[in-house]
Amino acid sequence: MLNFMENIEEIPLAEWVSKATGIVSDSFAFLFDPIKNEFGDGLESFADMLAAVPPVIVILLVAVLAFFLSGKRFGLAAFSIVGLLLVWNQGLWEELMLSFSLVLVASLLSVIIGVPIGILMSKSKIAENIITPVLDFMQTMPAFVYLIPAVAFFSIGMVPGIFASLIFATPPTVRLTNLGIRQVSEELVEAAEAFGSTGAQKLFKVELPMAKTTIMAGINQTVMLALSMVVIASMIGAPGLGREVLSALQRADVGTGFVAGLGIVILAIIIDRFTQSFSLKKGTNI
Amino acid sequence: MPVIKVEGLSKVFGKNVKQALKLLEEGKTKEEILKQTGSTVGVNRASFEVEAGEIFVIMGLSGSGKSTLVRLLNRLIDPTEGHVIVDGEDLATMNKKDLLRVRRTKMSMVFQKFGLFPFRSILENTEYGLEVQGIAKEERSKKARASLEMVGLGNYVDQYPSQLSGGMQQRVGLARALANDPEVLLMDEAFSALDPLIRKEMQDELLDLQDTMKKTIIFITHDLDEALRIGDKIALMKDGSIVQVGSPEEILMNPANDYVEKFVEDVDRSKVLTAYNIMKRPETVNIDKHGPRVALERMQKEGISTIYVTDSKRNLRGYVTADDAVVALRSDVTNLTAILKTDAPSVPKDTLMNAIFDISHNSPVPITVVEDGKLLGIIVRGAVISALAGQGEVNLTHA
Ligand SMILES: Nc1ncnc2c1ncn2[C@@H]1O[C@H](COP(=O)(O)OP(=O)(O)OP(=O)(O)O)[C@@H](O)[C@H]1O
Ligand SMILES: [Mg+2]
Repeated sequence: MLNFMENIEEIPLAEWVSKATGIVSDSFAFLFDPIKNEFGDGLESFADMLAAVPPVIVILLVAVLAFFLSGKRFGLAAFSIVGLLLVWNQGLWEELMLSFSLVLVASLLSVIIGVPIGILMSKSKIAENIITPVLDFMQTMPAFVYLIPAVAFFSIGMVPGIFASLIFATPPTVRLTNLGIRQVSEELVEAAEAFGSTGAQKLFKVELPMAKTTIMAGINQTVMLALSMVVIASMIGAPGLGREVLSALQRADVGTGFVAGLGIVILAIIIDRFTQSFSLKKGTNI
Repeated sequence: MPVIKVEGLSKVFGKNVKQALKLLEEGKTKEEILKQTGSTVGVNRASFEVEAGEIFVIMGLSGSGKSTLVRLLNRLIDPTEGHVIVDGEDLATMNKKDLLRVRRTKMSMVFQKFGLFPFRSILENTEYGLEVQGIAKEERSKKARASLEMVGLGNYVDQYPSQLSGGMQQRVGLARALANDPEVLLMDEAFSALDPLIRKEMQDELLDLQDTMKKTIIFITHDLDEALRIGDKIALMKDGSIVQVGSPEEILMNPANDYVEKFVEDVDRSKVLTAYNIMKRPETVNIDKHGPRVALERMQKEGISTIYVTDSKRNLRGYVTADDAVVALRSDVTNLTAILKTDAPSVPKDTLMNAIFDISHNSPVPITVVEDGKLLGIIVRGAVISALAGQGEVNLTHA
């Protein structure tokens, strides 16, 4: 009696998903292939270009930006100089640039996709009800799982890495864009409407500026998640610091693994402070 | 010609709107309808007219539907039923495009918590209504600056709202509303968030501005003192319905029902009634025609001990007492000039009663109400006291 499951056939859920993925991958090959090839090529040359800039110039640039973004304080600038010099010294500069371009492109795409979806959610209760569970699903599914369809669609390399990162890292931007707009005070929305704003004017002149801080917090989270995807994506051949960590893991080489990991930490801290400073910059007026 | 004409305007919040409307027709109360249908009656078949240049105050307790009503006027809330006719156009049935036009050019709104955009400077805030119309930067900046000048904030254009005090912020709210020169101003509890002194200042300023602007203003408040101070007409709301519309004096002296009476009960009448409201027609003699004999006769007939003296053009000259008149008669004086006294206190007709009270207390003769040198009326001490107590005859026609 208690073992009634023996009498029920197993639902071939896994099989269905595989089949569906196969169908999608086949029927959208016309879409995926050019993305894989053209976009992949573009991505690689962008990464190569970054890597080709002399490290000294990059480090100086980052230091100057850090100085101004942190309100003319030396802390972040000094940290950037020391940290980046260390990465360079360890012979990981090219890997750092590769990882950075992966994070940069993935985050940009996440924002480009995420902000409009967040706006849609804030404007429509129906959209919110549909999208919220999808976001929950996207964020709770272990990130590794996304690697499998990513490979099915885009084979291996940077492109599937970015695809997996998109799914994993976009939700915070969507959520916080929605939240930010919904939090705008009723009276300000009424003021915008009472003076005869169109929907677009209301959005761009009042709601988005008011929600900016919240949206930037979401973008910051997105960037951090994209960065955490750097290691995971190396499992499907994405190059960069993650690949060093992975290969060190396979050889049980603690030292090399630690150094590559440290490189990721340094990158993470710099990116985090940079995106945070964007969200706080005009905050004095708010 | 009324600028705004509201006809049978209703708003029901909730799902069973049709049923709720039917119950309203049947005369069910807001509470009964909420119980039966789960819908809330915001506004219940309101009808009224607002004349051009008038300050029309809508007053009522919390939840009586004031905010809902004012938002129906510019359709921030869509009406369930009824019409809002502004300059001959019905907003209730108007398409989106026309509605934008009306909001941009005919009506502006001032908000309780100011509704300023914190990330915009004072100038940019004031420009907002012009900006959404697509007016060129230079022109809108010029208009916005002029508007800020008008409320006395010409020097604050580059500041941000958080740098200003509450009173100043609401001036910006007012300047923003005036910048596109609308016919109608909607003010929802515009001064309620300010402390009492600033509030009074703002009321005075609004009245000053109104003297030159002559806008049509719909002003929401739950404060009767404020309503009486600034309103030309007052509408009282209860449970979504308008229970009485009238001039401040009418509301005060002839409350339409218990609700209104409760509302006006604790009003300090001394802050509302003016000299004009309580003065009496004076008994006078003409200095060009009459002598002490006529004066004495009149006083004896009326049972009074002083009489006011005017000339043929009704200009006030002074008064004479009965005692002086008797002395003059005995010494064969035929002219009133010799015994004329000119120390009677006089006030303009719109003097508030609390000011009159002090004067009448210290004066042995009735106070004169004078306009352009002419005697309009007199106020005897008894009249002041009985009016303060809410009794006695009061002149309700508008001064
Ligand atoms: N969006 C809404 N949804 C449902 N009910 C509402 C809504 N807005 C207002 N109401 C209800 O309509 C009635 C009138 O509310 P309204 O805000 O107009 O009152 P008010 O006179 O402005 O009160 P206050 O002095 O507190 O501002 C109240 O019973 C309120 O609960
Ligand atoms: Mg209200």
